[in-house]
Amino acid sequence: MIFEGKTHKYGRDVDTDVIIPARYLNTTVADELAAHCMEDIDKDFIGRVEPGDIIVAEENFGCGSSREQAPVAIKASGVSCVVAASFARIFYRNAINIGLPILVCPEAALEVETGDVLKVNLDEGEVANLTRDKVYRADRFPDFMQEIVADGGLMNHVKKRMAEA
Amino acid sequence: MVAAMTITEKILARACGLEEVRSGEFINARLDLALANDITAPLAIQELEAAGIGKVWDPERIALVCDHFVPNKDIKSAEQAKRVREFARHHGITHFYDVGRMGIEHVILPEMGLVGPGDVVIGADSHTCTYGALGAFATGVGSTDLAAGMVTGEVWLRVPETMRFVYHGSTDKYVTGKDLVLDTIGRIGVDGALYSAMEFTGETIAAMPMSGRFTMCNMAIEAGGKNGIIEPDEVTMEYCSGRMRREPVLFSGDREADYASVMEIDAASIKLQVSKPHLPSNAVAAEELADITVDQVVIGSCTNGRLDDLRMAAQVLKGRKVHADVRTIVIPGSQRVYQQAMKEGLVDIFIDAEAAVSTPTCGPCLGGHMGILAAGERCVATTNRNFVGRMGHPQSEVYLAGPFVAAATAVMGHIAVPEEVLA
Repeated sequence: MIFEGKTHKYGRDVDTDVIIPARYLNTTVADELAAHCMEDIDKDFIGRVEPGDIIVAEENFGCGSSREQAPVAIKASGVSCVVAASFARIFYRNAINIGLPILVCPEAALEVETGDVLKVNLDEGEVANLTRDKVYRADRFPDFMQEIVADGGLMNHVKKRMAEA
Repeated sequence: MVAAMTITEKILARACGLEEVRSGEFINARLDLALANDITAPLAIQELEAAGIGKVWDPERIALVCDHFVPNKDIKSAEQAKRVREFARHHGITHFYDVGRMGIEHVILPEMGLVGPGDVVIGADSHTCTYGALGAFATGVGSTDLAAGMVTGEVWLRVPETMRFVYHGSTDKYVTGKDLVLDTIGRIGVDGALYSAMEFTGETIAAMPMSGRFTMCNMAIEAGGKNGIIEPDEVTMEYCSGRMRREPVLFSGDREADYASVMEIDAASIKLQVSKPHLPSNAVAAEELADITVDQVVIGSCTNGRLDDLRMAAQVLKGRKVHADVRTIVIPGSQRVYQQAMKEGLVDIFIDAEAAVSTPTCGPCLGGHMGILAAGERCVATTNRNFVGRMGHPQSEVYLAGPFVAAATAVMGHIAVPEEVLA
């Protein structure tokens, strides 16, 4: 899977309360959640974001609450993938489970700025910064998780295994 | 010969039918319980229905607790709660707790003996790690993981490394588990325990009542921990006896097990703590913040909403009134806590002090209802998070503290310690 898009860059410890505040957790409709994505950290994000854009952040992205509505909101806003120096553990699982591609890449987090155009190659574990003509190496997912993503998310993976059993 | 293992590894080894597991290994663990609430269950239910799966694994081993936006906060929340209720009825979920029977999930599940030593529990709520205080492996997951758990009765896990925190000595007067855990998170940071098990041990822990142990394990997630855990002992067994309907499974870690790190902490030197906005790791001594005036105090939550916490607050508020400019809200964590607090005269103390006393709910902790903040307002809360916008307007502020500091602050109108009130 390869994604190309412009960057929205954030710092460390971007928590799930700022990604999707609790006042919006009274709905499960993805588009309704998307309308408030990143609202408490960057209220202009939703006006600026275009389909295929990429979020890049520093350490501990998605920390705090387990709310799956956070990666759902990000995915529904049109963001194609999230690259971060590190991810909080519940967010990491949730993103894989709902099919939001994520990549751990500390090198990218250090250098990339908002507006940079990136080309992210998930299979190779590589991030190319087309604006700055640089390439950063990233960690690939373990095969186990690649299978979940390839099956189209956790529930499909579960269904497939139940059918095989 | 089986290698030395930590308590977390032993619990997980048993749960996947293996002699031993090593940290970093991927396993499929059998669940003892799967939990969700009124804002996380709807997504899980949606996933199940979309996948066309009609049957849950075991209706006795799923708990659905309506606690976040109930009593129904607004029409949309009412629709979500209704969806959970209908799902529970359709699948015959025994442990469904609705308004009047419910309390905050992480208060009522131990109270009712639904979780215990040796259990493997997942919950669609990050503070599921609370049950580690009983010597269980308990961890928070998202709605889809929970849906998969409701169907298969299993969860895939990467066995975490263990960080050991050894607390020495007796705590100062009024210093509780909340202060110890805020201090610890302050030392290691909000990702200091990322992907790790946080094991709390030492003579300070041995002397700590269950309420303080629940508080500490509750906040393991605030350091990025996969789970918090305290080895079961006589205090644990006394708590569980008469509550649990099944036999607890007691494990203790091997001394020679591989710990990722060991931190020795002098608990006697830890002062009353407050975590300043906007990170739980921003912990300082409460006495340094005497110039911070507040508009609201909240005493409650899955972190500090138990009877002991209310008793502590009542000790400070007894015979006094809260400051005229401070809206003080006390939220017992369960119906049983509420009723016992009434019997002990604590509710009278709170109402005489001009504090509000609410039915159990998560309410203001996550900015839901029952005490939201306007722009520029400040709250001292016995809750667990103080991120931007956590309790309301993005320009409001939350300071985290234990019940003694919260109650003293309510009386003084600025961040205070009990000695200022009780002197």
